[in-house]
Amino acid sequence: MADSDAQLRLSRRALLRVAAASGGGLALGILFPAQAETSAPDQPQQDDGPETLAPNAWIRIHRDGGIQLVVARSEMGQGVTTSLAMLLAEELEVGLDQIRVEQAPVDAAYINHLLGEQATGESTSIRDAWLVLREAGAVARQLLITAAAAIWSVPESRCEARRGVIHLLDDQRSLSYAELAATAAKLPLPALPALKPSGTWSLIGTTQRRIDAPDKVLGAARFGLDVRLPEMLYASIARCDLIGGHITNWRENATRAIPGVLNVFAVRYGIAVIAESSWAALRGRETLEITTRPSTNLAADTQRIRNRLRIALKGRAAVAYKKGDVSAALNASPHQIESIYEVPFQAHACMEPMNCTADVRRDHCDLYVPTQSQARARATAQRITGLPADRIAVHTTFLGNGFERRREQDFIVDAVELSKELKRPVQVIWTREDDLRHDFFRPMSLHRLRGGIDAEGRLTAWFHRVAGPSVLARIAPDQITNGVDPFMMAGATDLPYSVAHRRVEYRRADTPVPIGLWPGGGQGHNIFATECFLDELAHIAGKDPLQLRRDHLTDRPRLLNLLNRAAEEADWDNPPAPGRGRGIALMEAFGSLIAAIAEVSIEETKVRVRRVICAVDCGQAVNPEIVRAQIESGIAFGLTSALKGEITLTKGRVDQSTLRDYPLLKANEMPDVTIHLVKSDAEPGGVSGLASPLMAPAVANALFSLTGEPVRSLPIRLG
Amino acid sequence: MISVTLNGETLEFDLDPDTPLLWVLRDHLGLTGTKYGCGEGECGACIVHLDDKPVNACITPLSEASGRSVKTIEGLSPDGRHPLQLAWIIEEVPQCGYCQSGQLMTAAALLATHPRPTDAQIETAMSEVICRCGSYNRIRRAILRASNPEAQNG
Repeated sequence: MADSDAQLRLSRRALLRVAAASGGGLALGILFPAQAETSAPDQPQQDDGPETLAPNAWIRIHRDGGIQLVVARSEMGQGVTTSLAMLLAEELEVGLDQIRVEQAPVDAAYINHLLGEQATGESTSIRDAWLVLREAGAVARQLLITAAAAIWSVPESRCEARRGVIHLLDDQRSLSYAELAATAAKLPLPALPALKPSGTWSLIGTTQRRIDAPDKVLGAARFGLDVRLPEMLYASIARCDLIGGHITNWRENATRAIPGVLNVFAVRYGIAVIAESSWAALRGRETLEITTRPSTNLAADTQRIRNRLRIALKGRAAVAYKKGDVSAALNASPHQIESIYEVPFQAHACMEPMNCTADVRRDHCDLYVPTQSQARARATAQRITGLPADRIAVHTTFLGNGFERRREQDFIVDAVELSKELKRPVQVIWTREDDLRHDFFRPMSLHRLRGGIDAEGRLTAWFHRVAGPSVLARIAPDQITNGVDPFMMAGATDLPYSVAHRRVEYRRADTPVPIGLWPGGGQGHNIFATECFLDELAHIAGKDPLQLRRDHLTDRPRLLNLLNRAAEEADWDNPPAPGRGRGIALMEAFGSLIAAIAEVSIEETKVRVRRVICAVDCGQAVNPEIVRAQIESGIAFGLTSALKGEITLTKGRVDQSTLRDYPLLKANEMPDVTIHLVKSDAEPGGVSGLASPLMAPAVANALFSLTGEPVRSLPIRLG
Repeated sequence: MISVTLNGETLEFDLDPDTPLLWVLRDHLGLTGTKYGCGEGECGACIVHLDDKPVNACITPLSEASGRSVKTIEGLSPDGRHPLQLAWIIEEVPQCGYCQSGQLMTAAALLATHPRPTDAQIETAMSEVICRCGSYNRIRRAILRASNPEAQNG
């Protein structure tokens, strides 16, 4: 035990050196092994001795000049490392070039109040951190000012903080934060100081280069699969590919004959192949001969599921929203139509397949994992190992995408179980096939919409029934009220358009397929249905889809403004070039608003999205360039789900297992993108996944305008 | 023994010649900058240079690299200041970053054959590497920046 610990420590130092050397001046703090160097696994990296100023969970100012900021959200591309550090640094009065960022351990201080646990997702990070982190920075700044004023025996009003130094006004004297740390650390915490007024911000609202970029262009950023520990074993698990089925038998002779394969045994989720290398584990698993028994319930079949959801479009349902008398209004309308929309199961397809490395010892457990939920990861390890929470450390690596898939625990269970059994560090590697077949898929849903229009072409009645499985029944059942799953209904219940008579219903129809959260939320399916239906109504009424939307957004000035901005940029009043069609979609979600216009053409038999114009109002943009990158990212993700991916099931088996049959958007399919960020001093809203739900309806509407044929199911196919 | 020149250094391997280059790099040499994404040559996250040409390391057996030269992201530049690496930072290309080694190696091979690539050449070359974060337009801008000496330092 002692020997292996010493060895571990040595190697960790080596790893730290590598990371520091590659960081180029600004070391990035995802130094995952660092925390484990202290005796208590859940404490931040360096000892907070009496000479370190550590006024809260996010800031450490050391006497040697080091300034550490702790980021408690997972970096999965959304730039959270940079933007959260900016909030702290703004009030602390330091530049991003003066700090080191560290990934947080699990601690109650790091709870995301919008999610109720220490987790990253649902576009919540900035909204949750906006006040908390600025206040944390301001408290530290105040302590440093108080310390300097005491040393100089001057009023605090004569002390000014600037780039890590307290300056005495009208005087040459100054003291660095490092020089003040020990004195400031002895002071009692002050009452909450006033936050800087927006006019004096030097970081917020400016484009600061991403802290994680230098390591990412060197190949030095450590993802989950890059974790290397002494004596670490690699594992691949063959899962039963029949939903609800079981592995009844397996033959492992060929597997054991492969050099590097050490062991083969059954675990909770399948048959594990343990090896000395990734390749031996993957190859070994390929050679396993597995016999499975299907579930007695054969309902996991797309055609059967579709039939079941169709039945659910009729009959009783839970009422999510009700205003006026929709039936009467529909009957009174000179034009009324009904349409049914379908959204398929889809896979998250993170670029980095699921994985986790666990090191379970007699008295402690370390997880090295690309997770979006540190709190749940620790709870999972606690349940399996029986260790107390304070003996389990979660080291969050970079995430090669998250997409809410990494809120799940299945890959963590794999690694903890195996390491517990083998008493050595184990890295579990999922293959692409595992990743696609064993996802918690985007739920399939069907939508029945009915609408009525009066003689002036105004919407008078709106009915929307969502039929689909409940995502929250497994994840957060307490959020389901009166039979309504708020995830499934997001974007439908809160339709932004004012209509005198409106009724929205949810009919829960569970499907025997694992389902989970999806980037962009339930808006992903609902906005497709509502925005497409709006264009169908405009078509019946002989009205411009832009005008119909404007008519019903009169009490939503922020959204109306965005719509007008997007329309202006797209030159909506003039017809598009021949052969091109344009379509609109808009939405309000995560405290942000967005309007998008897609311009498409048809080339041979393929839909080609030429251009996407977005107007975005996300309140105060903390880092405008990161906001833009997030919108671009949402466009790419949304176009993949609009045009490409579909998970189907035949007799209990997922039909897709490779990127050939589950293709993703490529460079030659990415449209030109124009983004208008509207200046706003409202509180910041979320932007992760914000553009994604608009892509399917904007493209569908553009095609409708081009072909005259409405699009009612995804992925969009011609003819 | 299989001899490979890796990032300028000649190495001898006593390994199964069928071992994919990707796992030789990641498992045996600890060069984890080259990523596993699909294992089938579909995603491009594992692209490295084999005699200056981009190949998917996940489907390139070690035997194919015998007596040849392999370059990985770790060897793209001695100091991390390849014009593409600099342009990548200025254009804020990386998001999650997982595919970026494959993107950079593909772009570097493109610039080696077409120092001033056209949009069409960029599109063709870069469509071999999937970026799930959708950084494609930034990648194009960064390649154009890196290929234009006057724009390099932004």
